[in-house]
Amino acid sequence: MAMTDSDAAFVEFDRVQKSYDGEVLVVKDLNLQIAKGEFVTMLGPSGSGKTTCLMMLAGFETATHGDIKLGGVSINDIPPHKRGIGMVFQSYALFPHMTVGENLSFPLEVRGMGKDEREEKVRRALDMVQMGDFASRRPAQLSGGQQQRIALARALVFEPQVVLMDEPLGALDKQLREHMQFEIKHLHDSLGITVVYVTHDQSEALTMSDRVAVFDDGRIQQLAAPADLYERPENSFVAQFIGENNKLAGTVVALDGGNSKTEGKIATVQLEDGDTCQALAVKCGGPGSKTLVSIRPERVSVSADPGPNSTTAKVLELIYLGDHIRCRLNVHGNDEFVVKVPNAAGHKHLVVGETTQITWDAVDARALDPL
Amino acid sequence: MADATTNPTNTGLTTADGKPLKAALAHAQARSRRRAFLLVLPLLLFIVITFIVPIGQMLKRSVYNDGFTVQKNLTTGEKTPIMVNLANWFDENPAGTEPDETAFVALVEDLKTLKETRAAGQAGTRINYELPGSRSLFTQGARKAKKLQPPFKEALIELNPKWGDPKLWQVMRSASSNLTGTFFLAAMDRTRNADGDIMSVDEDHQIYLKLFGRTFMLSVLITVLTLILAYPIAHLLATLPLRYSNLLMIFVLLPFWTSLLVRTTSWMILLQSQGVLNDAMVAMGLIGNDNRIQMMYNKIGTVVAMTHILLPFMVLPLYSVMRPINPSYVRAARSLGATSWTAFRRIYFPQTVPGIAAGALLVFILAVGYYITPALVGGSDGTLISNLIAFHMQKSLNWSMAAALASLLLGGILILYWLYDRLVGIDNLKLG
Ligand SMILES: Nc1ncnc2c1ncn2[C@@H]1O[C@H](COP(=O)(O)OP(=O)(O)OP(=O)(O)O)[C@@H](O)[C@H]1O
Ligand SMILES: [Mg+2]
Repeated sequence: MAMTDSDAAFVEFDRVQKSYDGEVLVVKDLNLQIAKGEFVTMLGPSGSGKTTCLMMLAGFETATHGDIKLGGVSINDIPPHKRGIGMVFQSYALFPHMTVGENLSFPLEVRGMGKDEREEKVRRALDMVQMGDFASRRPAQLSGGQQQRIALARALVFEPQVVLMDEPLGALDKQLREHMQFEIKHLHDSLGITVVYVTHDQSEALTMSDRVAVFDDGRIQQLAAPADLYERPENSFVAQFIGENNKLAGTVVALDGGNSKTEGKIATVQLEDGDTCQALAVKCGGPGSKTLVSIRPERVSVSADPGPNSTTAKVLELIYLGDHIRCRLNVHGNDEFVVKVPNAAGHKHLVVGETTQITWDAVDARALDPL
Repeated sequence: MADATTNPTNTGLTTADGKPLKAALAHAQARSRRRAFLLVLPLLLFIVITFIVPIGQMLKRSVYNDGFTVQKNLTTGEKTPIMVNLANWFDENPAGTEPDETAFVALVEDLKTLKETRAAGQAGTRINYELPGSRSLFTQGARKAKKLQPPFKEALIELNPKWGDPKLWQVMRSASSNLTGTFFLAAMDRTRNADGDIMSVDEDHQIYLKLFGRTFMLSVLITVLTLILAYPIAHLLATLPLRYSNLLMIFVLLPFWTSLLVRTTSWMILLQSQGVLNDAMVAMGLIGNDNRIQMMYNKIGTVVAMTHILLPFMVLPLYSVMRPINPSYVRAARSLGATSWTAFRRIYFPQTVPGIAAGALLVFILAVGYYITPALVGGSDGTLISNLIAFHMQKSLNWSMAAALASLLLGGILILYWLYDRLVGIDNLKLG
């Protein structure tokens, strides 16, 4: 569901900036376009401005600069209750003095809906999250996961076009979280709503989203589909933040033209220990500029095949993980180089302290910006 | 637990060595319970001695007065019965009997004893409570009793025609028994006529009911005013960042740290007719110099000063319920489509009701029994029932009357408390 430029963006952040105190920009130049029906996740470390963006979209914070548009119309001056955006809060924010049923019927009541219609919709919304029997309970009488479902049902019951969720699963245990991820995804697919989801759990982001916006330092570092994000990180932050990653610092010494197989030019990088290696030039300058080469552990193989990236490695540590063995090696002077060796026939059995040969494809290594 | 030991087949769980679990638990907890009891014992004694006993004394005094039956020598502590003969006559003759010569013989005997025991003033005072002007009747009667010649009825009535008043005889009859409800009747502006029937006192002698009514109305008004003033302050305190709210909280608490007297007198400086407020209004030309507004020594003074003084008692419970209310509730309501007013009315306000309830109860009860402020700034128009209780304690020395008024106040508050429990629910109350 990746967007092309011709799609009219349904939710749009247009050069949005936000400062709380007039001194620090919490959100710096945010540009984000979300198509109708898309599931976009904002992922980033704590304090990177995710909640702030969501609050600006919901109307609880005003953008210091820039436009936020919904369906092509700027909503900067529209108060929260007229935006028609459903929201699931991290704390659920179920009204404690109302029953579950009253909680759900509240958004319908304030819209002046008749009693019969309300009851019908509440019932359907509760059935949707499999909580049909709980209408007369108080929120305090529900477990965390049940409260979460009610919060979800309440955000959906008035049929908003956009639903915002701010770390809705943060308080749940792992098993329930995975179950709820599935349910939210299922609801999204069946209702066709647009979801803007915030989390700092990367596996959650990768499994649920159509696209993920990786936030850091008030900016979107990369906006891409989960697979792209993992396989083709565009800068060192994203490569570090998503999944496991080996990094080798060095200087570009040469760039040669790419061929049809590769996406771009191949850079020859001189590493700190003086050796050279080759990597795909993604975000590095010309010859002479500093770079950080990033390689995923599962793309390195333990073999003596000659190649431009073949090198010796000293085995420092082995961790047996059943399906694979995690090896920590010393490679080009880096003690934290990790390789995953599948626990299968045909793979070399390593011993701590031995020196071995490893290699990787030039296109699997990405020369990125120095951090 | 008793049937657990007598009926072992019926026991539930047992411990490893077969003792009933409940018994074992009780045994294990007994020690710590004893220790806890010893720790609270000093407080318990303190409360019993300084609180429960005096209240009991007060309740007793409101229905018990031996001023017409026993004379107590203050130096020796010796008690001598007085008015014995008359009491006997009252016992033998039912209420409403015309006092005959035997009655007057008994009365004269008793008056002689009064003279000997020097108790005429005391007995007279007791009758005086119910029939003003009777004290001198008794002192005079006791002085002259020796010289009177039979028939005593004519002699006494000649001495002072009041002795023939049937009302006097009715009062003496009721005073001759220690237990009496007359103080309660009087506290409700009721009295007994000569036949012993309960009736209202004359229009221009009715003070207590009016004062109870005024106390109630002013207390309600003060409660409402403090609520109106305190709600926004408490909300501000609860939503401001902690460092500002702490500072503001100090301002709210500041009145607690200044003397009540200072605060009340400062209101006098502000409100009196030559005071700051009037001066300012005259200076601004809002009112003429000759018709300065009377804001002191009337209800306005009482209400203004008491509202100020009781304000913290409303702010604190409100603050304590508002602080933990997560702002995301109102945000959630707004995102669900509620205007800010609806969100306040339907979501925020209901969650603050326990604080309102606690604050209102606190302020109301304090206001109903408030004494110093109305005494200083209330004048005659703005005094409350507590000022009248103080009057009976200090000036008229009619402690039984003071006790009856105080008991009615206590009873009224208990009734309110009960109503409150029925309407709001005491467990809904959050004091801090
Ligand atoms: N109301 C506020 N006033 C001032 N600064 C704020 C306010 N809310 C957030 N900030 C600051 O803005 C920055 C971004 O906060 P935000 O809540 O958007 O982070 P986040 O990405 O949601 O983090 P988390 O994952 O921890 O929820 C933080 O540095 C935070 O201190
Ligand atoms: Mg957040």
